[in-house]
Amino acid sequence: MKVGLFIPCFVDQYYPEVGKATYQLLTKLGCDVDYPTGQTCCGQPMANGGHAKDSVKLAYKFVDIFSEYDYVVGPSGSCVSHVRDHYDIIEQTDDVKHVRKDTWEISDFLVNVLKVDGGMLKASFPHKVGVHNSCHAHRHLGVGIQSELNIPNQESTIEKLLALVNGVEAVEMEHPDECCGFGGTFSVTEATVSVQMGKNRIKEHIKENVEFITGVDMSCLMHMEGILKREGHKVEVKHLVEILNSEL
Amino acid sequence: MEPTQAKPQTKFNTKSETKPKANLKTKKIIKQQTQTQTHAQLAEGFLSNQLKASWFNKSIWYQRDKRDVATKKLNEWETLRELASDIKAHTLSKLDEYLIEFEEKATANGINIHWASDDKEHNEIATNLLKKHNAKKVVKSKSMLSEECELNHHLENNGIEIIESDLGERILQFSGEKPSHIVMPAIHKTKEEIGELFEEKLNTKKSNDPVYLTQAARLHLREKFINADASMSGVNFAVAETGSFVLCTNEGNADLGLTANSKLHIASMGIEKIIPKQEHLGVFVRMLARNATGQPITTYTSHFTKPNKGSEIHIIIVDNNRTKLLAEEKFNSSLKCIRCAACMNTCPVFKNSGGHSYNFVIPGPIGAILAPAHDIKKYEDMPFASTLCGSCSNVCPVKINIHEQLYDWRQEITQRKSSFTIKSIMMKGGAFVLSHTWMYRLFGKIGGFFVHNFRKISTMATPWGKGRELPDVPKESFKDWWDNNAKK
Ligand code: SF4
Repeated sequence: MKVGLFIPCFVDQYYPEVGKATYQLLTKLGCDVDYPTGQTCCGQPMANGGHAKDSVKLAYKFVDIFSEYDYVVGPSGSCVSHVRDHYDIIEQTDDVKHVRKDTWEISDFLVNVLKVDGGMLKASFPHKVGVHNSCHAHRHLGVGIQSELNIPNQESTIEKLLALVNGVEAVEMEHPDECCGFGGTFSVTEATVSVQMGKNRIKEHIKENVEFITGVDMSCLMHMEGILKREGHKVEVKHLVEILNSEL
Repeated sequence: MEPTQAKPQTKFNTKSETKPKANLKTKKIIKQQTQTQTHAQLAEGFLSNQLKASWFNKSIWYQRDKRDVATKKLNEWETLRELASDIKAHTLSKLDEYLIEFEEKATANGINIHWASDDKEHNEIATNLLKKHNAKKVVKSKSMLSEECELNHHLENNGIEIIESDLGERILQFSGEKPSHIVMPAIHKTKEEIGELFEEKLNTKKSNDPVYLTQAARLHLREKFINADASMSGVNFAVAETGSFVLCTNEGNADLGLTANSKLHIASMGIEKIIPKQEHLGVFVRMLARNATGQPITTYTSHFTKPNKGSEIHIIIVDNNRTKLLAEEKFNSSLKCIRCAACMNTCPVFKNSGGHSYNFVIPGPIGAILAPAHDIKKYEDMPFASTLCGSCSNVCPVKINIHEQLYDWRQEITQRKSSFTIKSIMMKGGAFVLSHTWMYRLFGKIGGFFVHNFRKISTMATPWGKGRELPDVPKESFKDWWDNNAKK
């Protein structure tokens, strides 16, 4: 199975460890992983700012680069949801259809495509971890249990995967799927509200005495990490793939 | 009643006075105050009172939590949402037919129907009716449409006293404020603030006891009901097949208005309030209060079909940009809204910025998609006041894809605008850089260099630095690592 690694721009620049963990994890699980170095940005920041039209080139480029792979996998729910939901602005060729359908958020891919189990993972992370359900993965891609809906037996890929990790104590928050306030351009155009929302989120995690906050969107984690650091809290953020890739 | 808040001076007033020349500084301040503030600016003001902001957040969460419990008690909740959405979508597709059917049936029942193409016409029709009946004092139950049309202001200018009979609305009439929420208009006011207001307006003793204060308001309003010359209301649902309309209230104030004074009642409704059949009420009435406040049903659900002997009922059916919205294929499903307010109760931005931070009469996510349909220029920042988290769409009883429309409005706004805002130039620059791989790498590196060396300055100077640190910059990017270690 040929997997194209989709590493969003800020992960490339600021969180290379997350990229490495994604690569190592997928390789460990038997995928033939490649990182096409010509990749740039999926276009989400522009599109969310109201400039989807100007990001058309980026969309074409993305498809061009990734269409040769069986699957495209990335450690960012929001970028993946952008490719899936908003690449309707370009002509729907077979390649575009293939890339939109086969671009996966990593936790979704692990659970629903690779169908990983504990034996395959052999991960260990003996810490108390708070789960952050980021909106794009949670609601737009539907990988989590959506608190607003009255649909029984919803499942969470994050919970399922954490349950396979030795020693981890995963804690659910009082408001498990409240937005952290990042919101892409929102984080700078509405900085005050954005920070306030982030503060409200980390308050719940701190109350539960977690050591780490984890999730599948590095952008949300970056935002919360920024607040944690500014306020001098010891809690750290860790992308789920880093936990799944940690060994004894 | 006398407005307690000073209104901003009109241009006319300032010109008519001969004032000493204001110095530059004062001029600047005046200019700042008269310009409409953006959502971001108003939200900043809201958040500057941290204690109150946190209290507000909790009050709204309380509503959302009650809603979750109540909706989860119905196993068929999601089926009801499907049904409600389908009924509304069907109705919108044949709106003209159902409106005419409603008019025919209502007229046959002895109700007078009026059509208003905009807010002005609505206000004129209402004023003329009241004048014709020589009505000087009018009690009105809560109606967001009347807020939209700024009816109170118009009536007062015509010498007609209008008394809001909904407790929350009456509180706001006392304080000279606008509603901050469509179901609980005065939710932003603490009981202490209401106590003080009542001391001043109703001569109550110093108290913040809700029972005492409600009782005082009740006595005050009873007297108003008895002495009113006419009553007004909104409409929650208008049933095409019967020609009757339904009002849902918790205080019974709409019924009191109609029965305490039965000579003239005027109900205002937007064209989207129509439902085809009586049986459809079974779907909507089960959802409205559950989703709004967690009640199985509002305390009063009142059906009005014909006027009592010797009295008149008039219904004003209002367009006011609704047909314009109906023509917008991407956005017209927002007309399915039944105004339950669940989308604002769940919205994290609403919870952390308050209803008054939205410049439009309807706040929150639904307001943010309705506002640009009214005036795209005036409300251009509204669809950006969201993180697109999608919780609004999940709670919506008629399944409006609110967060998708917020995204789509953003596109419309930047496309339809002739001038570039700073934000748009920034984003265009970003799109250009990022579509050229080498430039993105280079800028990434330069950006990294800046962040390394001028970390403090850049953090403090950018909006990101407001309450947040930037991430540490690693020694090598993922791409560098790949090239050095993993590349095949
Ligand atoms: S948009 Fe939906 S959730 Fe919001 S007020 Fe209207 S019906 Fe209720």
